[in-house]
Amino acid sequence: MSLSVHIEKDLGDFQLRADLETGGGVFGVLGASGCGKSYTLKCIAGIETPDRGRIVLDGVALFDADKGVNLRPQQRRVGYLFQNYALFPNMNVRKNILCGMRGEKDRARREQTLEEVTAMFQLEGLMEHKPYQLSGGQAQRVALARIMVNQPRLLMLDEPFSALDSYLRTKLQWEMQEMLARFGQDVLLVTHDRDEAYRFCPNMVIMDQGHVVAKGSREEVFEHPQTAAAAAITGCKNLSPARKTGRFTLFAQDWQTTLTAAEPVGEDVASVGLRAHYFTPADGPGDNVFPLTDPRINEAPFSVSVFFTAGNTRIRWEIDRTLWPQFSGNLPKYLHIAPEGVMALR
Amino acid sequence: MSWYPLWNSLRIAAISSVLVFFLGILCAYYVARLPRVIKGVLDVFLTLPMVLPPTVCGYFLLLAFGTKRPLGIFLAQFGIKFVMTWYGGILAATVVAFPLMYRTARGAFESFDINLAHAGQTLGLSNTFIFWKIRMPACRQGILAGVVLAFARALGEYGATSMLIGYTPGKTATISTTVYQLWRTNDDAGAFQWVMVNLAISAVVLLAVNMLETRQRKAVRR
Repeated sequence: MSLSVHIEKDLGDFQLRADLETGGGVFGVLGASGCGKSYTLKCIAGIETPDRGRIVLDGVALFDADKGVNLRPQQRRVGYLFQNYALFPNMNVRKNILCGMRGEKDRARREQTLEEVTAMFQLEGLMEHKPYQLSGGQAQRVALARIMVNQPRLLMLDEPFSALDSYLRTKLQWEMQEMLARFGQDVLLVTHDRDEAYRFCPNMVIMDQGHVVAKGSREEVFEHPQTAAAAAITGCKNLSPARKTGRFTLFAQDWQTTLTAAEPVGEDVASVGLRAHYFTPADGPGDNVFPLTDPRINEAPFSVSVFFTAGNTRIRWEIDRTLWPQFSGNLPKYLHIAPEGVMALR
Repeated sequence: MSWYPLWNSLRIAAISSVLVFFLGILCAYYVARLPRVIKGVLDVFLTLPMVLPPTVCGYFLLLAFGTKRPLGIFLAQFGIKFVMTWYGGILAATVVAFPLMYRTARGAFESFDINLAHAGQTLGLSNTFIFWKIRMPACRQGILAGVVLAFARALGEYGATSMLIGYTPGKTATISTTVYQLWRTNDDAGAFQWVMVNLAISAVVLLAVNMLETRQRKAVRR
């Protein structure tokens, strides 16, 4: 598969500018809610129409503003798994799935396909059920079956697990991973959950306020987020505006301190991020060292966060639960951050 | 006593309900997609017959379809005359009952999950299929309630009907105009009979509405 999306849409107080190119496999779009990622999917599906740009799937233009191409959703062969699954409430599971096969005129072929997906998606005994009788996981499998019998060229998953509680979510994520691997289907996965994106998507883009702010392999994107917005969504807890002061140094305005990074600082640096896990106790003042002023402790089941004051804000130090006993009641006076933990951001 | 008013009322109410069903759904579907300003203006215009006194509606109908008005003269060339004919009652009842159907259908369409229609489109289903097999069934309860309300309103129509088609026994008489005429001519017993007939029909209609609502509640519960 290759999908190329370069579109713009003016939505009044919101400007969407989505640019992405995908290869095969599972491709992720990670972003906070309201960043325009679902709207991008709707444009690809043909439900919404961009103002400018083009969308090309496997060499076929689905939308091209300059050439006046705008295929109807029915002609695009793009499968769309909605967040609420969008099963037709007045039809049972069987009829819902048959809706994906109305192009197939041969009755015997329809029945055969129906049997195949019943086994593939473990829908035995559910065929006569109405959607309201299904559990979240069952509904998701029915929705996927309905899409797959339609043989889409691309499968788009819109926040597929966000409606589920955490136990069920993990279970369904395993199921989904297995199914996607079995189909070899090319997928575009949209999510606000960084763990989900990391788990499913070898390659991804990060969107923020309608723009793509980072792109690349998941390792690149998570380890070198490039921009403050990308750093925030990939889990960076400490961010401050910053300016460059030397080849490896920059001044963090919120924390009123100069920091040294491991890699040369770019000319266009605007922010700095500190990884909350990269702090280690220090004996006294020095480079990249913060005094642990006014610490506040916030305990969670698997980690402990210590917030301390720096400049006009607080910095978060995150400690693994198993390492906490050595610090509990015995907090260090100073913390050092390794240069690898200092990220210069645009 | 002649049963003509019952027959006439029922056919006027039935035919206008069918008309109102299609017109109401059509308007509800298309008005909802219009730009905001036009939608607001049209919405007021289409709902107006519900809040205007029926006699005022009748006045406007006479203004448009009166035998000496342009539209009335034009239609007369085809032998269509809405004034003082039984089918003029259909026009009056349709205009007065229309807003009930239109508003109920619009409410039902607005609560429809648009993702269902989008999912249908991405599965390659035609818009006609989506409308009749997915949208309409999903909005079935609301639309049925609208039809029942419109039918009841059409059946009880008096003001616009009496303005437009008057009261001619055996020709344009409906139940409601008959009750008034009999009472006016001191035929209390006759008026009472028709009041009873009307009560019976209203009871059946209300029963139907209640049964629909119970089914809807059940559907929501599960």
